[in-house]
Amino acid sequence: MDSAFIPEGVKRCPFSQFLAGLGVVGVVLAWGIYAMLLCWLKGLNQTNMNDSYGFALWIWADLAIIALGGGAFFSGFLKYIVGKDELKNIINFAVLIGFICYSSALLILAIDIGQPLRGWFIFWHANVHSMLTEVAFCLSCYFGVLTIEYIPLILENRKIDKIPFFHNLSHNMHEIMAVFASTGAFLSCFHQGSLGGVAGVLFGRPFAYREGLLVWPWTFFLFTWSAAAYGPCFTIFLTRLLEKITGKKLVKDNVIDLLAKISGWMIFTYIIAKIIDTWYWAAVTVHSKGQTLMDFYDDNMFYGLWILVAEIVVGGIFPALILLTKKGRNSEALLWTAVILACLGVCINRWVMVLQVMAAPVLPFEDWALYYPSWQEVATTILPVAYGIILVMISYRYLPIFPQEKELNPIESY
Amino acid sequence: MFPFISFEWVWDIGHIVFMGSLWYALSILGIGMTYCIIKAAIDTQKKDDTSHHH
Repeated sequence: MDSAFIPEGVKRCPFSQFLAGLGVVGVVLAWGIYAMLLCWLKGLNQTNMNDSYGFALWIWADLAIIALGGGAFFSGFLKYIVGKDELKNIINFAVLIGFICYSSALLILAIDIGQPLRGWFIFWHANVHSMLTEVAFCLSCYFGVLTIEYIPLILENRKIDKIPFFHNLSHNMHEIMAVFASTGAFLSCFHQGSLGGVAGVLFGRPFAYREGLLVWPWTFFLFTWSAAAYGPCFTIFLTRLLEKITGKKLVKDNVIDLLAKISGWMIFTYIIAKIIDTWYWAAVTVHSKGQTLMDFYDDNMFYGLWILVAEIVVGGIFPALILLTKKGRNSEALLWTAVILACLGVCINRWVMVLQVMAAPVLPFEDWALYYPSWQEVATTILPVAYGIILVMISYRYLPIFPQEKELNPIESY
Repeated sequence: MFPFISFEWVWDIGHIVFMGSLWYALSILGIGMTYCIIKAAIDTQKKDDTSHHH
C-alpha cells in the first residue's frame, strides 16, 4: 500500500503490521497526552511536587534524555570536525535519536513550567544571571540545529526526493552541514554544562555544591564530558535494539566498534575525573561546610552508599573497562552489558544531581524529604518514550536512516 | 514592548554576552538555511531552463 514511499532496495513489514504496531504505542501516547492535558488544564496540583521538590521526576527525565541524546552532538563533532568519516553510517540515526530526545526535553519543560503560554518569557525577559537561561537558549537553538540536520533525511524520502527543489535543498544542506554541526556542538557543550552548573552553584546545598573555574563549577565540565561519553552508548544500544527487533544487521561492526571505543575512552577519562571530584568534595568541600560524607548517605535506605557505587563503579568503571578492550567490544553479550550499564550510570548520575540534592536535609532539624511522583508525572514521563518509538518506526520505514542496510541485507530476486 | 527598552534592561556585560551569543547562533542557522533555500531555488530554475532548451 505504501511501497512507493519505502526506500529502494530494502524490505519492510506489511503495512497492516506497521499500523498495528503504531496503534499499540499510540495507546500509551494517548495516556501520556491525557495526563499532559490534565497538567495544563488543571495545573501543577496534578503532580506530587512540593516545597522540597520544585524539581522532580520531570527534571530528572529532562536531564537524563538530554545526556543520552548527547550522542547526536558528539557523533556530529567526531564526523564533521574530527573527520571520523566511518560515522556517516550511523550519524543519521544519532541525529534522529537526538531530535527525539531534545524535542521530548522541550515538551517536558513545556509541561513542567505549568503555564506554557508564558514559556517565551525566558527569551524575552531573560535573567542573565541564571544558568537555566543559558540552558533554555542553547537547548532551543540546538533543537533548531537537530531539526536542520533531520530535514535532509525527510527530503531523501523516495517520493519527496523526486521533486527537484527538495532534492537540491537536501543536497545543499548536506554540503554545509559541517557549519550546522559545529554550531550544534558549541551550543550542546554549553547547555549540557549549564545543566550541571545549576546543581554546582547551589552553595546552600553542600551535597551539590562544587568549587570550579571562574563562574563554572566542576559539575559544568563533568556534565558536558559525561554527555559526550555516555551519549554514544545510547546510540549503540538503540541501534542494536533495532537490529534485534527488525532481525537485520543495519550498521557494520567496524562503525559500532569505533564509536564504542571512543565512548569507552571518554567514559574512562570522565570516571577518573568524577572520582577525583567526588573525593575532593568528600574530603574538602563537605568538611568546609561543617558536614561529613555520611551525612548524605546515612539513615536512609533509598539514598545509601550503594547509589554512589552504582553510579561510579557499576555504571562507570565497568562499562569503560569493557569498551576499552577489543575483546569486550567484539563480544555481543559484553557490548550489550556495557552500553546498558553506561546508560544506567548516566541516568543515576542525573537522578542523584536532581533528586538526592532535593532530598538531603540542609538544616540540623530537617529530615530526608522523600518524594513519590503522581501517575500524571509518570504518564507524562513515559509520553516521550512512546513518541520516540513512533518517530523511529516512521523514520525507519520511510527514510534512508541506515545507509549500509541495503548492502548488508540484499533482497534476493527470484 | 521590547524588553531592551523597558526600565529594567541594562546593557551590561551579562546581557551583551547572553543576547549576543543567542543572536549569533540564530544568525548562523538563519543565514545557513536562507543560503540553502535560495541556492536550491536557483539550481532548480537552472535545471528547468536547461531542460526547456533541450
